[in-house]
Amino acid sequence: MAFSARYLRRRLLNGFNLGVSVLATVFGLFWLGWLMWTLVSRGLRWIGPSLFTQSTPPPAAAGGGIANAIVGSLLITLVGVVVGTPIGILAATWLAEFGRHSRIAAVIRFVNDILLSAPSIVIGVFVYAVVVARFGHFSGWSGGLALAIIMLPVVLRTTEDMLILVPDQLREAAAALGAPQWRVVVTVVYRASLGGILTGVMLGIARISGETAPLLFTALNNQFWSSDMSRPMANLPVMIFQFAMSPYDNWQHLAWAAALLITLAILALSLIARILIRANAFVK
Amino acid sequence: MADSFFRGITRLAALLVLALMAGILLVLLVQAWPAFHRFGWHFFSGTQWDPVTNQFSALASIFGTLVTSLIAIIIAVPVSFGIALFITELAPAWLRRPVSTAIELLAAIPSIIYGMWGLFVFAPVFSEYAQPWITDHIGNWPLVGVLFQGPPMGIGVFTAGLILAIMVIPFISAVMRDVFDLVPTVLKESAYGVGCTTWEVVWNVVLPYTRVGVVGGIMLGLGRALGETMAVTFIIGNSHDISRSLFMAGNTISSTLANEFTEAVGPIYTSSLIALGLILFFITFVVLGLAKLMLLRMGTREGRKS
Repeated sequence: MAFSARYLRRRLLNGFNLGVSVLATVFGLFWLGWLMWTLVSRGLRWIGPSLFTQSTPPPAAAGGGIANAIVGSLLITLVGVVVGTPIGILAATWLAEFGRHSRIAAVIRFVNDILLSAPSIVIGVFVYAVVVARFGHFSGWSGGLALAIIMLPVVLRTTEDMLILVPDQLREAAAALGAPQWRVVVTVVYRASLGGILTGVMLGIARISGETAPLLFTALNNQFWSSDMSRPMANLPVMIFQFAMSPYDNWQHLAWAAALLITLAILALSLIARILIRANAFVK
Repeated sequence: MADSFFRGITRLAALLVLALMAGILLVLLVQAWPAFHRFGWHFFSGTQWDPVTNQFSALASIFGTLVTSLIAIIIAVPVSFGIALFITELAPAWLRRPVSTAIELLAAIPSIIYGMWGLFVFAPVFSEYAQPWITDHIGNWPLVGVLFQGPPMGIGVFTAGLILAIMVIPFISAVMRDVFDLVPTVLKESAYGVGCTTWEVVWNVVLPYTRVGVVGGIMLGLGRALGETMAVTFIIGNSHDISRSLFMAGNTISSTLANEFTEAVGPIYTSSLIALGLILFFITFVVLGLAKLMLLRMGTREGRKS
């Protein structure tokens, strides 16, 4: 069979473009591989028991660990989760159960989606102006508040998506048994979408635990062990920033070790959340 | 009684989202006012940023923000399109999910990690192998050549844009993938039926059908690139000069904030920085708002099917 020149040209164009598409995918995966390899090859050898038991060392000193930064990060993130999650879930409940088709709900969704992608550094500036400037000093609380503001839209968004997936028949069945609306929501709708809501919370935690920019102006950093939330507080992201930019070898090593730890934790969280979201009964 | 209480507190939480947005805008506006008042329109047009003489204007930072994001979009859009095409049309079923997930993980890696990697690993490699070659071969082209001249430092505006591209690829490709999946199978099969190749189906059927969603996804990526802070702060070199070459150091609104905010002395310095933040918030608000409107028209919600 003889191919016409035109047919051949179309086939070639097709083959070439599809080949480029495969290359684009390889290009995307290549960076992921390079990043992970960098973290493992530069960070792994500095991970040891002292990393988790000692506080960050002074400049140019040997040894030390990042225990204070780990604890600080956990505390600040905890505040972010504890403040951000309930508000997000309640707001999503209103959008999904009460105001679903109202105009104001549409506006709230719109604003929430913008907050979801808003620059986190601006949130940091906002919390600085409202909290830090007023009280006159940086604090762990203000860092937690900044993270809560970033967490809120993530939780709201996923929770609403999950609540909407719960079939209306379930709500009607519960209402037919005489349950007041709040009981329908709490004991039927929440329970049916619990997995999805938890997934949203996990994605939110994954998002905020690596945030650096908003903590620069709020929690700042602290070289010493501190669990006082009203003072400047050590935390992994800001510590990584300061140590990586420093000229001291030991600080840089600690920064790489911390970078590896935090990335592995976040990737694990996101992967588990993704697996859970697929396992959720209502999501296909 | 309990019902109206429950209803009331969920409503309060929902309204809090609006209050938060209004509060951010209001607080930034009030705090930025001294700078706007003192410098007037000059704040947007001047290039001076001098803490010593207290002269501040935002043009260099705004320019850097727009240029780095533009570079990121120019690189990320074709790549994301290729990835979405691969996932929706080419990959065998067993490969789709792992590849999608791996690309999405690029978005989960914290910005600061991109920054460290960019500064300590990528920039040295880039300056040693790629930059001299680009300067030698493209640097003498008319018009565009001047963009690629200068010492091979590794860091600079171009590197920042390239790393931003890697960071926004997962967002753009996820939206593209999801809107491509929305194309009715019948439509694609009809095109295949009249003898179209895969590429012709994608280019002539899938892309026109999903145009609005694709543009929405690109705007979403642009919104992300504009506000990205830590990665850019590490690798852009932080200079308040506008230079003609993309290989020179520059800065963006967010990197200026990250570098100078905690060290700013005096009310007018701080106010100028907050004014920068307000400008950034306003730009991303507009871009993300447009993205959202386009995606709404496409019937998807930021790439996730509802």
